[in-house]
Amino acid sequence: MDFQDKLISSYLAFEEGVNLSDSVHKTRAKALKYFEETGFPTRKDESWKYTSLAALINQDYSLFPKSESTIELRDVKKYFLYDTDTYKVIFIDGVYSPFLSNTTHDGLDVCLMSAALTKPKYRELINTYFNKIAPANESLTALNTSYAKEGAYIYIPPSVVAEKPIEIIHFASGNETSLWMQPRNLIVVDKNAQVQIIERHQSLKAHAVVTNSVTEIFVHQDAFLDYYKLQNDLESASLIDNTYITQEKNSHASVHTFSLGGKLIRNNLNFYHKGEHILSTLKGVTILEDQQHVDHSTLVHHAQPNCESHQDYKGIFSDRSEGVFNGKIVVDKVAQKTNAFQQNNNILLENKATINTKPQLEIFADDVKCSHGCTVGQLDEEALFYLRSRGIPKKEAKALLTYAFANTVLNSVQLPSLKKRINLQIAKKLGVNLGFEL
Amino acid sequence: MLTIENLHAEIEGKKILNGIDLDVKAGEIHAIMGPNGSGKSTLSSVIAGNEDYEMTKGSMLFGGQDLSELDAESRAHLGIFLSFQYPVEIPGVTVTNFIKTAINASRKAQGLEDMPASDLLKKIREKAQLLDIDSKFLSRSLNEGFSGGEKKRNEIFQMAMLEPKLAILDETDSGLDIDALKIVANGVNKLRNKDNAVVVITHYQRLLDYIVPDFVHVLFNGKIVKSGTKELAHELEAKGYDWIKELA
Repeated sequence: MDFQDKLISSYLAFEEGVNLSDSVHKTRAKALKYFEETGFPTRKDESWKYTSLAALINQDYSLFPKSESTIELRDVKKYFLYDTDTYKVIFIDGVYSPFLSNTTHDGLDVCLMSAALTKPKYRELINTYFNKIAPANESLTALNTSYAKEGAYIYIPPSVVAEKPIEIIHFASGNETSLWMQPRNLIVVDKNAQVQIIERHQSLKAHAVVTNSVTEIFVHQDAFLDYYKLQNDLESASLIDNTYITQEKNSHASVHTFSLGGKLIRNNLNFYHKGEHILSTLKGVTILEDQQHVDHSTLVHHAQPNCESHQDYKGIFSDRSEGVFNGKIVVDKVAQKTNAFQQNNNILLENKATINTKPQLEIFADDVKCSHGCTVGQLDEEALFYLRSRGIPKKEAKALLTYAFANTVLNSVQLPSLKKRINLQIAKKLGVNLGFEL
Repeated sequence: MLTIENLHAEIEGKKILNGIDLDVKAGEIHAIMGPNGSGKSTLSSVIAGNEDYEMTKGSMLFGGQDLSELDAESRAHLGIFLSFQYPVEIPGVTVTNFIKTAINASRKAQGLEDMPASDLLKKIREKAQLLDIDSKFLSRSLNEGFSGGEKKRNEIFQMAMLEPKLAILDETDSGLDIDALKIVANGVNKLRNKDNAVVVITHYQRLLDYIVPDFVHVLFNGKIVKSGTKELAHELEAKGYDWIKELA
């Protein structure tokens, strides 16, 4: 039996744990039907032309962890941004870990999707938001919806500023030989509210893990969302991240994606504008080696006038690694005075590395400023000579320049300790010894 | 210290230097002047080991050692420093960290341990003072958003930190106002001693009022067509370069 069949035949087992008469389950069942008809995307699909899931889905995974795994705090502490001082929603093999988490209902909700989907007090919010922007016609999203049960649920009420960042972390314990996980997150930032969120997926042992995640985010009027995706997993772990963000009038939403490790990563990052004077920021640094593969597929849909979007993705590729950047900007006819900018710059450190970059602009309005640019190149020879003339050996000089190339994306990271940490991670990955600061 | 004989160099098949002879001894200051396109910057690049240029003929010895087989970093380790006309911006790497990396790279090449942080900081403080550099400046990203004057001053600061035997200043005066020029020149003068040497490359005589050369060479079409003392610089200032072209 292939894995796709298993996903469908295992559904009965999944249904044993949920309320079948619930409206949420009707949504799930419908999504399963879509997935059953469509199956996994293949390279024949235009948006999957450069990323093949074949190698991933040609093997078997367990869908439900057999036993509850515990992990010691001391073993995973290093993956937290801070020991304390953040809200944490933490899962081990897809199962919530109350021991490692630090949730809250005090003025804001940072808790579990399983609670939000089943408890009556969340019902109205679930009816309003659950599966409302995740498109029905994307098979991986549909697959996630069909199994949607657990993940992070975050609600920031009007005019509330979450005073601590929220960390959503999925650990894979390695107790299952191979595991397929499908977390489902729902984040609502109500009017004039603010929140900062960090999401990461981390395997603790080298074993086959695939995560097919869906996150729906609603950023209301005057609200502010600052979201960081840290993708620095083991080379046995793959991630398909489907994130959908709608923004209302005067809101700001920013997503930084740092793809520094993993086997195969696909980021489907989608922004939809529902009001005027919206600002959307999409930034990314991708640093790959060996045979890693990262695919950024972004969409910014400008559907209202006077909005702005900025995309800046940098990629550094060595060995036989592969990068894909597929950036789509749609500007509707009504969306006059749109400013939409997109930049994708790449450095290939080795000839065997590959980057496929494809900007797509669909502009139907006539009074807009849109630009896109992509470069694929090597390091600047003059700059290299400058460093070497100061006595810095070629290899180190290259590393330093590569670091400098990636660094500009970090300027907009708003959490100083996160910025420092990513800085160090990037420096370490590139073999740069940053030393001390005055 | 530096002995160049019959140096020919080209870039992408285009001949730029056509037989340069130059002898720089410890304690000396040499000025190399010449009109645009005469090969001044090429000469500095070739001495510092820029691989874009190919040395096709002649020899370059530094302290008796053949430079032609050495890469740029090895030349720096021997004590050659080039102050760039257009210093490169390195976002995310502070001036301090850059200096530290450069100093320790040279120390490593000489089989020495990294310089202890306290020594390094002391030296940084001392040299920053010498060049009238604000300590805030040192924690900025190298050359990023620096004004022309700041970039040049930062080059001299690096020179002060690295303490080269031979410093080549390539158009260090360009883009500097008179105050910045004085600070830079003053710094270079303070760093001078009987064991090191400076080669100043410039289009104008202006800088030479402050860094007074022992010898002035005029470069034209990739050859030194006239050499003299500092009076030659004044003569060039008064008469321009046209009469030099007739000498060639």
